[in-house]
Amino acid sequence: MATLELSSVRKSFGATNVIHGIDLAIAHGEFCVFVGPSGCGKSTLLRMIAGLESVSGGEVRIDGKRVNELGASERGLAMVFQSYALYPHMSVRKNLSFGLENVRMPQAEIDRRVAEAARMLRLEPYLERRPGALSGGQRQRVAIGRAVVREPKIFLFDEPLSNLDAELRVRMRAELGALHERIGNTMIYVTHDQVEAMTLADRIAVLRDGRCEQFAAPLELYNAPANEFVAGFIGSPRMNFLKGTLAAAGAGDASVALAVGGEVHATGLTAAGAKRPTAGEPVTLGVRPEHLQLVAPGAGQADMKVDLTEQLGGESYIYGSLAEGATLVVRLAGQTRIERGQSVGVDFAGSSSLHLFDGEGKALARRTA
Amino acid sequence: MAAEAEPGPSAVVDTTDGGPAMRWVVTPLLAAFEPPMRWLQTKLGLRGLPYVFLLPTMAIFGLFSFLPALLNIYISFTGGASTILADRPFVGLRNYEALLACESIFVPKSCPVSGFGFWTGMWNTLLFAVIQVPIMTAVALATAIVLNREIRARGFWRALFFYPVMLSPVVVAVVWDWVLKRRGILNAGLTEFAEMRNALAAWGPLETVAKIAALLVVAALARRLWTLRAKGAWAVAALVACAGAAAWLVFAWDVRATVATQAWRPVNWLADANSSWPFFWVVFVYTWSHLGFFMLILLAGLQAIPRDLYEAAEMDGTPKWRAFVRITVPLLMPTLLVVLVLSLIRAFQIFDEVYVLTGGGPGTATRMVIQEIYESAFVSDAKLYGVAAAASVLLAGVILVLTLVQLALTRRKAGA
Amino acid sequence: MGRAIAFLTRTRNPGRVDWTDLLAYAYLVLGVLLILAPVVWLFVSSFKSQRALIESDPRFLPYEQVTAVLPGSSRPVNLVEWTAPDGTTRILAQLRLSGANVVLADPAKPDETFQVPRRDTRPHEIVRARFENYSEPTLGGGAAGTFRFGLYFGNSVFVTVVATLMTLAISSMAAFALAKYRFAGRDVFMLLIVATLLMPATVILVPLFIVVKNFGMLDSLWGVIIPGAATPTGVFLLRQYMLTIPDELIEAARMDSASEWKIYYKIVLPLALPAIAVLAILSIIWRWNDFLWPLVVLSRSETFTLQLGLSSFKGEMLDATHYLLAMTVLTLLPVTFVFAFLQKYITTGIANTGMK
Repeated sequence: MATLELSSVRKSFGATNVIHGIDLAIAHGEFCVFVGPSGCGKSTLLRMIAGLESVSGGEVRIDGKRVNELGASERGLAMVFQSYALYPHMSVRKNLSFGLENVRMPQAEIDRRVAEAARMLRLEPYLERRPGALSGGQRQRVAIGRAVVREPKIFLFDEPLSNLDAELRVRMRAELGALHERIGNTMIYVTHDQVEAMTLADRIAVLRDGRCEQFAAPLELYNAPANEFVAGFIGSPRMNFLKGTLAAAGAGDASVALAVGGEVHATGLTAAGAKRPTAGEPVTLGVRPEHLQLVAPGAGQADMKVDLTEQLGGESYIYGSLAEGATLVVRLAGQTRIERGQSVGVDFAGSSSLHLFDGEGKALARRTA
Repeated sequence: MAAEAEPGPSAVVDTTDGGPAMRWVVTPLLAAFEPPMRWLQTKLGLRGLPYVFLLPTMAIFGLFSFLPALLNIYISFTGGASTILADRPFVGLRNYEALLACESIFVPKSCPVSGFGFWTGMWNTLLFAVIQVPIMTAVALATAIVLNREIRARGFWRALFFYPVMLSPVVVAVVWDWVLKRRGILNAGLTEFAEMRNALAAWGPLETVAKIAALLVVAALARRLWTLRAKGAWAVAALVACAGAAAWLVFAWDVRATVATQAWRPVNWLADANSSWPFFWVVFVYTWSHLGFFMLILLAGLQAIPRDLYEAAEMDGTPKWRAFVRITVPLLMPTLLVVLVLSLIRAFQIFDEVYVLTGGGPGTATRMVIQEIYESAFVSDAKLYGVAAAASVLLAGVILVLTLVQLALTRRKAGA
Repeated sequence: MGRAIAFLTRTRNPGRVDWTDLLAYAYLVLGVLLILAPVVWLFVSSFKSQRALIESDPRFLPYEQVTAVLPGSSRPVNLVEWTAPDGTTRILAQLRLSGANVVLADPAKPDETFQVPRRDTRPHEIVRARFENYSEPTLGGGAAGTFRFGLYFGNSVFVTVVATLMTLAISSMAAFALAKYRFAGRDVFMLLIVATLLMPATVILVPLFIVVKNFGMLDSLWGVIIPGAATPTGVFLLRQYMLTIPDELIEAARMDSASEWKIYYKIVLPLALPAIAVLAILSIIWRWNDFLWPLVVLSRSETFTLQLGLSSFKGEMLDATHYLLAMTVLTLLPVTFVFAFLQKYITTGIANTGMK
C-alpha cells in the first residue's frame, strides 16, 4: 500500500512563492498526472515529494506518515528524470544495480531483480552496453528500469517522454500504461502535454501558478471543468470563450447577452457550483469547437465571417471572426463546402454542450451531452 | 526542448554589438583590406583564398617555430660564440659529449662542467615536477570540490583563488621574498607565536581550562557515537576509546609541556643552504601562483557533471562519499588526467619564479634546467650556444613525450 | 537567536547540520588568508619608511620615528616618550645611551640633560604613509632615479596591446580558413599547427634568439611581439567556436555577393566575438606577465617591459627595499584593477576553454 497526501504544501525560494498551498490525496495504485503550462510549479512539486527540494510549509505524508524531514533516499520512492540521468560511465547493468548495491542487498537478489526488469523492459541485449551506445527509447527504458528494480512505494516521472521524437513518444506512452497495469504501483507523472495526461492518468491535477486548479479524472476535466483555465487547457483546439452579461437566470435555463451582439437562451442547464447565477452579472460563455452548430446566416444567435478552413479529410476546422475581433473555431465531422470569406450563422443555444463561467472564471452552470 | 537549446549565433549577435571601439576603429580598419582581398579573390578564386587567410599565421610559425626547431638541432652540432650560422664550426657530437660524458648521469659531479650544470638542473627540475605536480593537483582538486558546493558568493571565492594567476612571476617573487626574508613577517610571526605559547603555558588556570575544554570535545564525540551504537561494534569500540581518552586527558596529560615551546630561531628561508627550505618555498610559491588556473579547469570539469546524476544517486540512497567515489571521480578522471599532464609540462619549463626568487640558489639547490640553458647561452661570457642548443634538444625530448600524451588525452576527452 | 541558528545551519535537508559546510567555509577562509595576506602585507609595507623596513617593523601600519634637530646641532635626534615616576608623559630628545639608562633632554632646552632608565621610555612615533616611496623613483628627485615606471609601463602596454591585436587578427583569419573552407592540405595545416605545441619558446631559446637577431629585431619591442603573435591555442580556440557558426550564414552572404573578406570581418568575426574575447584576455595575461623571452631579447633599459624593469630594479636596489616594494605595487595594480572589473569574464572564459 502506498498513498500520498499533500496538505497545504508550500514552497518559496527566498521571497518568491512558487507553490501556494496544495492539497492532494493520491490513493494506492493510482496513476496521477500533474499537468500545467511551463512555470506552473509541477516539477517543483514533484521534486518536493521526492525529497530533492525542501518543503517550506505544509505537510507531505506517505502512507499517512509525515516525510518532510526525510531525505530523498529515506522515502522509498524512485524517480525517472527528464534527462534520464543515467550514469554515463556505467553499463546498463551497473546503472540498474547501483541503487541496490547502496543498500547492501544480497547479490543474488540484485541479479534477480535486474534480470526481471531487463526482461520486462526488453533490455536484455543491452545490459553490458553503456548509455552512450543506446538509442533514446532504450535510454528511456533503462531509466524506467532503474526505478523498477528498486520496487519503490511510489514512482515519480518528471516529463520522461519530452526528449523523444513524436512516434517514439506514443509507443513509450503505451508501454508506460502497460507497466502501470502490470505492477500496479502508485505513480505520479509530470507533463505539459495534455494528450499524455488524458491517456495515462487515472486522475489529473491541473496546476497553474503554484495552485491546483482541479484534481479529477480525465473525462471529468473535459466534461465538467471547474473554471475557465481548466476548460481552456484541456481539449484541442481549445474551448471558444465569448464575453457577455447574464440577462436572465432560471432554475435550469439562462439567457446570455453576448458582447458581440445577439442573445443566447440556453436550457437544460445544471448548476456547477454552489453559487446561484444572478441576472446582470458578467459571464463567459464557453463552447468547445466540436459542440458548436453552424446554421444559415441569420438563423443563429450570431453571424461569423469565415477566415480560414482547414480540411483534414475526416474532419474540418472553420476559423471565423465575429464582431469586435472575437474569433471562433468550429470543428465539423467529415468534409465541408464552407469557404473563406463566406458568412455563416452560429447557433450557440443548439450546442450539444456548453459552459457558463462567472466574472472570476469559476464555473456557474453547464449543459453536458 | 527548444527553450533549452544552445543559444544560436544569432542570439550572440544581439548581445555583442562590440561598442564604439568596434564600430569606429576595428571595422574601418578591416574594411581597408577589402579592395586588395577582393582583387586576390578574383585572381585566386575561392580555392586559393584559404591559403591567403592562413599565410600570416603559418609565416610566423615557420620563421619562429619550425625554423628554430630545425636550427636547434643544427646549432647543437656547432661550436663557437658566433650568432652567424656560417661562422659556426661544425663540432660533431662534442656538445652532447659535454653534457653526457658522465660516469653516471645521476651524479652530476662526475660530468664535465656543462654536464654538471645540465644534470643538476635536470634532476632539480624532475624533483620539482615530481613533488609539485601531485601537490598542486591535490590542492586544486580540493579547492575545486569546495567551490563546487552550494556556497554563498561562489564567484567571489573563485576569483580570489584565481587572482595569483594574474600576477606576473616577478611580482610573485618580490611578494614572497618580502615575506620570507630572514627578518620578514613569517619569522616575526613565528617568533610571536612561540612567545604567545610560552606566555600561555605560564598562565595560572591553563591546566583546568584546557582539560575542561578537551573533555567537552570528547563528550560531544561520545554523544554522537552513542546515537550510532546500534550501527555496529566499531561504534561501541570508539565509545570505549573515548572513555580511555577522557581518563588520559584528566590524569596523564601535561598541558604545560604541550603548550610550552622553545623560542623561535629565525630561518633564512630562501638562503639556508643546510636545509630543504629553499626548495620547499620554490614549490610552495609556484603552487601558490598557478593553483587557481588548474582549479578553474577542474571546477569546469566538476560543473560539467550533470546535477541530476547526483539527484538520481540521492534517490537511489547513495551516501555522499559513495557518490563521490563512484560518480564524481570516474567522470572527472579525463579532466584530472589533462590537468596532471598539463601541469607536468609546465613544471618542466619552470624558470621565471625561481630565477627571480632564488636565482637558482643557495648554491645550485633550486637551479632548474631552463635557467642552465639560459645562462650558458646568454649570461656566461663564453656564450655556449652550441651546448645550450644540445641541452634544449635533450629537454625537448622530455617535453615532446609529455605533450604527445596530453594531446592524446585531450582528444580522448573530446571524443568521450 | 533561533532564527539565526536556523539561518546558519540551513542546508538542502532542513533540520540537519552539515559539518562539511563548516569545513568548506573554514577551508575557504584559510585559503583566502594565504592568498591575500602576502599581497596585503606587501601593499602596507610599501608605505613604510626605509628605516622601518630595515628594522623589519612587524606592525601593520606605517609607523615612523619622529626626529628633531636640536639647536646648535645639525644631526637629527630621535624623540622618545618618557613616562615620569608620577605617571606623566613627556616628549624628549634622546641624546645617547648610557648603560641601562638613556640621556634625555627637552628639545627646547638641549643643555639640561638628565638620565632615566631605558625601560621608562619608548620611541615617539606617528603613523605616516610615505608616498615618497612611489613618487621618488618614478618622478626622480630622490636617491633612486632608475625605475622609469612611465617608460616601462608604456613598453609593456605597447607590447601587450600590439601583440594581442596581432594575435587576434591572424589567429581569427587562420581559424576562419580552417573552419569554413575545404581545401587541399587542410589537415596538414592543422597538424602543423598542433606540432608547434611541441616547440615552446623555452625549448628553442637559442635558435629563436639567433633568428630574431638576424632579423635585426634584438633590443626592439617587435622582437618580443612578433615571434609569439601566432599561437596554436588561439587558432584552435577560435576554430572550435567558428565551427558552430552555421555554414548557411556564409552561403547566404555569398548569395548576396559579399566578398570572402567581407564575410570574414562582417559576419564571422562579430559572431565569434565571445571566443575572441577569451583569446584577448588570455593573450593579455600572457604578454603582460611574459618574462623569459623579453629577458633574452631586450638588454637596453629603454626597451624594458615592466617585468624586466622590476626584476633588474630588484637586482640593483638591494638596500632600497622601500622603492622596490612600491614599484612592485605599481606593477601589480593595473592587473589587479583589470581583474577586479573583469574577473567574471576572465574566470568563466578560461574555465570554458580549459587552456592557457
